[in-house]
Amino acid sequence: MTSISSDFVTALPEIGLLAVACVVLLVEAYNQSRAAVYLLTLTGLLLTAALVVFTGAGVPVLAFNGLYVDDPMGEVLKLLTCFSAIAAVIYSRQFLTDRKMLSGDYLGLLLFAVLGMLVMISANHFLTLYLGLELLSLALYAMVAMERDSARATEAAMKYFVLGALASGLLLYGMSLIYGLTGSLELGKVAEALHFNVKSEIVLAFGLVFIVAGLGFKLGAAPFHMWAPDVYHGAPAAVTLFVGTAPKLAAFAFAMRILVDGLQPAHGDWQQMLAVMAVASLAIGNIAAIAQTNIKRMLAYSTVSHMGFLLLGMMTGSLAGYSAAMFYAVTYVLMSLGGFGMVTYLSRTGAEAENLDDFKGLNAHHPWLAAIMAMVMMSMAGLPPFVGFYAKLTVLQALVGAGWIGLAVVAVLFSLIGAFFYLRVVWLMYFDTPPAESPVYGQHAGDAVMLLSVNGLAILLLGILPQTLLTLCALAVQMSLR
Amino acid sequence: MIGVNHYLILGSILFAIGVLGIFLNRKNLIVLLMAIELMLLAVNLNFIAFSHFLNDTAGQVFVFFILTVAAAESAIGLAILVVLFRNTRSINVQDLDKLKG
Repeated sequence: MTSISSDFVTALPEIGLLAVACVVLLVEAYNQSRAAVYLLTLTGLLLTAALVVFTGAGVPVLAFNGLYVDDPMGEVLKLLTCFSAIAAVIYSRQFLTDRKMLSGDYLGLLLFAVLGMLVMISANHFLTLYLGLELLSLALYAMVAMERDSARATEAAMKYFVLGALASGLLLYGMSLIYGLTGSLELGKVAEALHFNVKSEIVLAFGLVFIVAGLGFKLGAAPFHMWAPDVYHGAPAAVTLFVGTAPKLAAFAFAMRILVDGLQPAHGDWQQMLAVMAVASLAIGNIAAIAQTNIKRMLAYSTVSHMGFLLLGMMTGSLAGYSAAMFYAVTYVLMSLGGFGMVTYLSRTGAEAENLDDFKGLNAHHPWLAAIMAMVMMSMAGLPPFVGFYAKLTVLQALVGAGWIGLAVVAVLFSLIGAFFYLRVVWLMYFDTPPAESPVYGQHAGDAVMLLSVNGLAILLLGILPQTLLTLCALAVQMSLR
Repeated sequence: MIGVNHYLILGSILFAIGVLGIFLNRKNLIVLLMAIELMLLAVNLNFIAFSHFLNDTAGQVFVFFILTVAAAESAIGLAILVVLFRNTRSINVQDLDKLKG
């Protein structure tokens, strides 16, 4: 048993982030300077990332009587969560300033959402999982509704809220059944109890169904994806950028904790459910995306299909599958940061660059931005030499390795269909003529362009040399499984 | 003698009413928020029943957290409802139809 003070050292990144979030709210109350809260937010996120690195132990460490765990997988995911939040803040600065939304309220909510993600990533107990999830979700509902005068944004917020609350309810109901079955809320003890004796197979199956359905809602996997297109479409682009990136890392960690750490003995049962959800996501995501004219909506359906791939990696139940799913989550976040970042960046006062038509002939007036967007799109389609290709390849390898050749074939077929709508964007940017009245883009922020370039080049570079990240994911998963 | 099964059946009925309330209700958003609340309370009933019959207090502690979070959740839900009403002058579920595709 560890002492109290070492518990606090383990949770230092979260404690630091909480302090910064409170300071941001205070500064907002007493100081009208937007630059101060903006810089404070970025510093706070960097500080959290630094604390994650310095408190990292390299082996799983339990804290607070098993409520909380700090392991290499969690550390890698937390670090990437912080960096993707930093990127989201920098990309959206101009957008938020134009709409007078850059304030301590918005950035404070963003920091609390990141705190929720970190808690989810480090949770080792149903209670901490639930609290982290709710801290994240409640902050996100409010962020979606932040543009108060927009009927679209408030409608999206309402839909997100209702379906999110329904998902939490399902998840909790499942947790209560598992609790009744095993007599424990701690994931490790749940796994132990399930391993030695299961009093009732039916209760276990019911609990699993509810938990997997709740997870499906949160991940945005079909048939529980209804909220994703509406929320991505209705929310302001900056919020879509944030909702569509970092929370997916936390959702992956959440799924790993609850299904692998907690319910591994019932692997045979949840494997089937994940397989069905994965195939449905691949089918609905890739086919529905073709019909979209709004790029935010199209990317939402593309997210659904990416979540299908992630679930395929997880369902194999092998070490290779888990690390493939983690690699997929990381590359997905990198790509969607680029994609949504570009949508946010090209938006101007009064109008968002949200329709596919807004990208027509982008190459003619912004060749470098068009090149970055093309790299993002081709990577999402899974074309070599971009990193998205390796992400799909490792998942397929894991699937074939576990003997699921049929599923691998289905996944490849649906990605071929999906390639169409990604490449359509590239085609529009390069071979279509710009609209007659060329859209007037707002002032361009140098820092966002720099970061977008780094983001685009990272997609290319990691595609040429994927080995480091692949090894990192494999090691992190391997050292974290108990 | 009332056993754990009776509580579970009551809990599952309440939960089902909550879920059906979300899907069948086509009129009023406030009824929808009430249905969500009912779902969470059904879960609480489950936790308390299990906690009592397992002689383990962890379940009851969980219930306090769920109650607190549910309060915060309805606060945010009602806030979004007010903003929505200011924009659309309606809290009818069927009027939430601007986002399609």
